[in-house]
Amino acid sequence: MNSHAILAIYKFEMSRTLRTIWQSIVSPVISTSLYFVVFGAAIGSRITEIEGVAYGAFIVPGLIMLMLLTQSTMNASFGIYFPRFTGTIYELLSAPVSSFEIACGYVGAAATKSIVLGLIILATSWLFVPLHIAHPFWMLTFLVLTAITFSLFGFIIGIWADGFEQLQIIPLLIITPLTFLGGTFYSTHVLPPFWQTVTLFNPVVYLISGFRWSFFEIADVSPMVSLGMTLVFLCLCLVTIWWIFKTGYRLKK
Amino acid sequence: MTSIISISGLSKTYASGFQALKTINLDIKRGEIFALLGPNGAGKTTLIGVICGIVNPTAGTVTVDGHEIASDYRAARSLIGLVPQELTTDAFETVWATVSFSRGLFGKPKNPAYIEKILKDLSLWDKKDNKIMTLSGGMKRRVLIAKALSHEPQVLFLDEPTAGVDVELRKDMWQVVRDLRASGVTIILTTHYIEEAEDMADRIGVISKGEIILVENKAELMRKLGKKQLTLHLQKPLDAVPTELATHNLALADDGNELVFTYDTMAERTGVTALLSDLARLNIRFRDLQTTQSSLEDIFIGLVHNGAGATS
Repeated sequence: MNSHAILAIYKFEMSRTLRTIWQSIVSPVISTSLYFVVFGAAIGSRITEIEGVAYGAFIVPGLIMLMLLTQSTMNASFGIYFPRFTGTIYELLSAPVSSFEIACGYVGAAATKSIVLGLIILATSWLFVPLHIAHPFWMLTFLVLTAITFSLFGFIIGIWADGFEQLQIIPLLIITPLTFLGGTFYSTHVLPPFWQTVTLFNPVVYLISGFRWSFFEIADVSPMVSLGMTLVFLCLCLVTIWWIFKTGYRLKK
Repeated sequence: MTSIISISGLSKTYASGFQALKTINLDIKRGEIFALLGPNGAGKTTLIGVICGIVNPTAGTVTVDGHEIASDYRAARSLIGLVPQELTTDAFETVWATVSFSRGLFGKPKNPAYIEKILKDLSLWDKKDNKIMTLSGGMKRRVLIAKALSHEPQVLFLDEPTAGVDVELRKDMWQVVRDLRASGVTIILTTHYIEEAEDMADRIGVISKGEIILVENKAELMRKLGKKQLTLHLQKPLDAVPTELATHNLALADDGNELVFTYDTMAERTGVTALLSDLARLNIRFRDLQTTQSSLEDIFIGLVHNGAGATS
């Protein structure tokens, strides 16, 4: 195990985050706060409680998930795409590091950033709404697992992408819509039965539902199902990354 | 000398169908400076890419100090430092950070004193806190060399290391290379400046169209293929080479003021003595004389144009 290499990549990526702190930390916090102001305070005050939870509080887990998914994906995809774009990837490919170690460094850093960001947004939301976390351990488990899974997913996109447009297209055109339609701002129980069934094909529903359950003990699907789905997605990403480095897909000529 | 790199039956065909390397067999000796020469597109960079793990070979094996590059990649790669041809560097990192990063990536614990020494040797010490994007092309090139040396490699690949580096710095760089060789590091370089290969290398390999067409000690190569010319500056110009001298390989130059004798240094008799006595007999006098030996560049151009036949 080349632990020096993992640490070197991790530190390199973290210093990139700190260098771009406005873009990496401040701007997601501001945009999430805007959601609170608009949906929580302005519109939420006219909406009755959902399953016994005030609307402002109800959307907190969904908003954290929205940010966690998009930021993990974007940060990890950019982290590995940029060396490919500039050509500095040659050093990574010629170094005595395994695919697992490279992924650990990049994904670890992207996930760390997302987790920190998630906790900052959680703290920020406390300023707007009174919150109670029923299961802090599970809350953290879902937070960490989701951050890692979507950082892995972003890492795959960063290797797959052939340009900056492709790099942006998955977070913007797939993850954001799936998150909005996955119950960020509502319980899927309010939908007609047909759409409730359709929603079950949206993987983000399981993430938001599990995360919301850890706060309020209300969920669209069983939290164990949520946990299982998250782990399945995590394994899929791991297998894909293993295959990428085995075959050199998009990395080696 | 034992081999540090052994390449056998190596070939590479790209997905496009282009065969960049055709069955390469090559051994690099421990501690030597090996210059790989060849025209653009000959396969130099592909060959280096395969050894360093950047390009997947189609067939064949490569071992570095006995370690196979695919099955034992950790051991093989940790022995190698690579300076790529393209100036591919980070932009926003400092020189110190990027060189330290490379050391970590290759699995070595921190050693600020060693990094300091490399940066000083490469005249980069006063730039250590500068962002790489602010450096000139020649400095970026040296940053790449510093990165390649950061993990104390046993084998150093220099792919066109002096492209875009001015004469003064080029001398400093070659001094670093000589010092490295003196410390036991094996160096494989490609260059377009043939005089550099002539100056630096112990052995020379010529690659053309994906094939190694020649590997030879530099001195041997120069001796084998080097033609020598004796130029006589005549006191009185000649209209034509006198028929009495027709057996000598002579030509007139500079409007008949110079008589040029081309001879083979390999031959049992060069014919210089016979020529000089014939000249004395014909009373052809000369003011001055000089000899010149063909440069590696002349040899190289001859080889690439004539193909492999020139080696036999």
